Amino acid sequence: MHDMDDVVREFLVESHEGLDRLDQDFVALEQRPGDRALLGAIFRCIHTIKGTCGFLGFAKLEEVAHAGETLLAPLRDGTLALTPAMTTALLRLVDAIRAILAAIEASGAEGDGDYAALAGELLALAEGGPAAAPAPGAGPEPATGAVAAAGPVVPAAAPAPAAEVGVVERRQGGRRESDRAAEGHAVTDTTIRVDVGLLDRLMNLVGELVLARNQILQVAAAREDGVLVAATQRLHHITTELQEGVMKTRMQPIGHVWNRFPRVVRDLGLACGKQVRLEMEGEETELDKSLLEAIKDPLTHIVRNSVDHGFEAPEVRVAAGKPPHGTLRLRAWHEGGQVNIEIRDDGGGIHPERVKAKALEKGLVTAEQAARLGERELQQLIFLPGFSTAERVSNISGRGVGMDVVKTNIERIGGTVDVQSTVGAGTVLRLTIPLTLAIVPALLVSARGERFAIPQASLVELVRAEAGGGARGIERLHGAPVFRLRGRLLPLVVLADELGLGPAPDGREATSIVVLHADGRQFGLVVDAISDSQEIVVKPLGAHLKGLPVFAGATIMGDGAVALILDVPGLAQRARVLGDRAAEALPARAAGAGAARDRHTLLVVRVGARGRVAIPLADVQRLEEIPRDRVEWAGNREVAQYRGGILPLVRLSAALGVPAADDPARPLPVVVYRHGDRPVGLVVDTIVDIVEEAVQLERPVEQPDLVGSAIIQQRVTDLLDIEAIVRAACPWLPAAPARLPAEVAA
Amino acid sequence: MSARRQLCTVRLGGLDLGVDVTGVQEVLREQRVTRVPLADAAVHGLINLRGQIVTALDLRPRLGLPPRTDGGPGMTIVLRHDDGPVAVLVDEIGDVLEVDADACEPPPETLQGPARELLPGAYKLPDRLLLLLDTARAIAVGTPA
Repeated sequence: MHDMDDVVREFLVESHEGLDRLDQDFVALEQRPGDRALLGAIFRCIHTIKGTCGFLGFAKLEEVAHAGETLLAPLRDGTLALTPAMTTALLRLVDAIRAILAAIEASGAEGDGDYAALAGELLALAEGGPAAAPAPGAGPEPATGAVAAAGPVVPAAAPAPAAEVGVVERRQGGRRESDRAAEGHAVTDTTIRVDVGLLDRLMNLVGELVLARNQILQVAAAREDGVLVAATQRLHHITTELQEGVMKTRMQPIGHVWNRFPRVVRDLGLACGKQVRLEMEGEETELDKSLLEAIKDPLTHIVRNSVDHGFEAPEVRVAAGKPPHGTLRLRAWHEGGQVNIEIRDDGGGIHPERVKAKALEKGLVTAEQAARLGERELQQLIFLPGFSTAERVSNISGRGVGMDVVKTNIERIGGTVDVQSTVGAGTVLRLTIPLTLAIVPALLVSARGERFAIPQASLVELVRAEAGGGARGIERLHGAPVFRLRGRLLPLVVLADELGLGPAPDGREATSIVVLHADGRQFGLVVDAISDSQEIVVKPLGAHLKGLPVFAGATIMGDGAVALILDVPGLAQRARVLGDRAAEALPARAAGAGAARDRHTLLVVRVGARGRVAIPLADVQRLEEIPRDRVEWAGNREVAQYRGGILPLVRLSAALGVPAADDPARPLPVVVYRHGDRPVGLVVDTIVDIVEEAVQLERPVEQPDLVGSAIIQQRVTDLLDIEAIVRAACPWLPAAPARLPAEVAA
Repeated sequence: MSARRQLCTVRLGGLDLGVDVTGVQEVLREQRVTRVPLADAAVHGLINLRGQIVTALDLRPRLGLPPRTDGGPGMTIVLRHDDGPVAVLVDEIGDVLEVDADACEPPPETLQGPARELLPGAYKLPDRLLLLLDTARAIAVGTPA
């Protein structure tokens, strides 16, 4: 961090506060262009910034602020009427000031953005002419790109219906923004600014006080000393009240995040030609500051998404018998120890058929799966990773984040997201967020006598394996432990092994499995014992341990000892248990990709003279050995009875056109492959190994049954396009992960 | 007139070490320690310091000393650090001595290895040699990649 003067820091904090208010004031101004009080407030804010930065020697900032002030003065005095072009120019001024402030904060200097053109434009507008109104896109943009990050730059020549766009209506007894601003100035006398770090420390100390109090309560109860009991009771009440008080100091109204939405909605509405009214209710609903930070980006994404994709164009709305302007309604309220946030639009709704087609196109679901999904389940598909992709990111709402990221981020803080949509009537997104992040429910487990906490948010279920392996115990696929969970192979991570805690003292194998999910996949964590779940206070680890991705922090248990909190995604990554998501879709996608380098978990098998070939493990359902006398015939095909059904067998050697080299005395090794939801048995000669490697896929030869070749374990190994092989060998099977023709606008 | 400074003396694996008192936050009896798997060898574990979780370091591997074998009760000194306090395990804690800067000499050439970087000087006391511990360096333990 650049060494910064206290004066400058104070200036930055104050200016940011002022700018946040400005965004709203400007939007409100468009509805009431003649509001002199509002213009006065805006003028004062810019004037203050200009004055202070002149004093601090920030010349560039002073120049643009001065130009803005020059335009604002006649507006405030009523000698000039506000036009949408002026509003847009003034909003760009706010962006420019923000960019410069960001540069000052980062480097102590004003950065190398050039704002002379913007200043010129503001001055020209003040002269009373549209004058130098530049063509869209030709406006001055800072080299730092900070403006772009703050929101889309609206073309200066703004389209006409500006006054209709981004109308803000607050449902709190009709209080207007200007009234609130006036009140805001009055309350500053009774508030002070406190460093968040100090609050965090207080919070920590209070947590410790609560533990100490609990101990004293126990001691006092055992002593039967009336005076002591009375004193501890008082201590008890005071501590509880103190704890609540300190927790409250970290609470902030959700309005702090919502404040920027009027501007977002206005800019975006203008840019995509939609007319949107924004209504907000329950802005005073409070939640922990850290949570507020965490939901800021997801909420912004949802709002942008709604304006961009949710609402129809005005003429479409009118044709459908709706008012031309759409209504986006944000609501927040407390309920059952949680904060509920609802984002409701009256747009076109999510069309289940379009979602389905898109999910099929992306290969996220199979045709059969999709056919079974109801309308509501189809709508939930928008949360699947990979649903939002590049073609949509290019336009306004996307910045490479899809709804899956929104969902992941909300779930990371222990919240939930749900979508309900009615075609033609609109969409409602509901978020539930815990009140505070500092305390999370966790499951306590132990390995080799050490206790670890696992956040409940990652937990799926608890399973007990039978001791001694076998079909109901922990099995090993060439060293890699797996467990059969309802017919699926669940990859396992043995906690004690992964953390290097050494072998169990009594040699007994752990059989308790905690099923966890990370990145949308599941794996099992094998622990020695599962104790119980309890609420824990999350504390960060010191600098010496920051490099350990396996731990998310630590907590202090009821007995005063420290327990580490496991970071489930970090653990999964370290154990490489999930492989890469790309591995699953590899055969389908790799055709177009020349070379891909990624970690994949691959099953290496030997097939006749072809030697070693690899199959993505994600495609493998199970490994079986089928006695040769159990191979039967259906028509002219080899099949086997398998789990109450008929398993078609595909001899890979035959499919690849090479002589088999298996041992006729031994049962047939069969890789059960999931083709859509139909199992297909691939007969191989031997199962060699399961490897997890960064695979550099190349295509030295073009062959239809190959995805490519890679060097695996120092040997060239062909990666089979199982999908193509099965399709060729069993043409009667329904097409699995169908790749339907494209052209889906979500 | 020579500069004088106060050193807190500690014993660690047979060495007499001096730690500048201004860098010492507090001294604790042996604490309950939670191991941190996969961490650097010098990280002994985590302790609960009045609700604050503090990393406890064992400087023996950094000083090239063998692991402690006598099993006696240890002590912990908590050092101030920019990123929050850091605890260091020692065998015993002695008095605070006022030493003369003139009495300080570079450590003997025979002191080799990683320890030399952490021990920039030795004070000649009447009865023994006191090695100055550079606490800032001693607690700058890298995190594993």
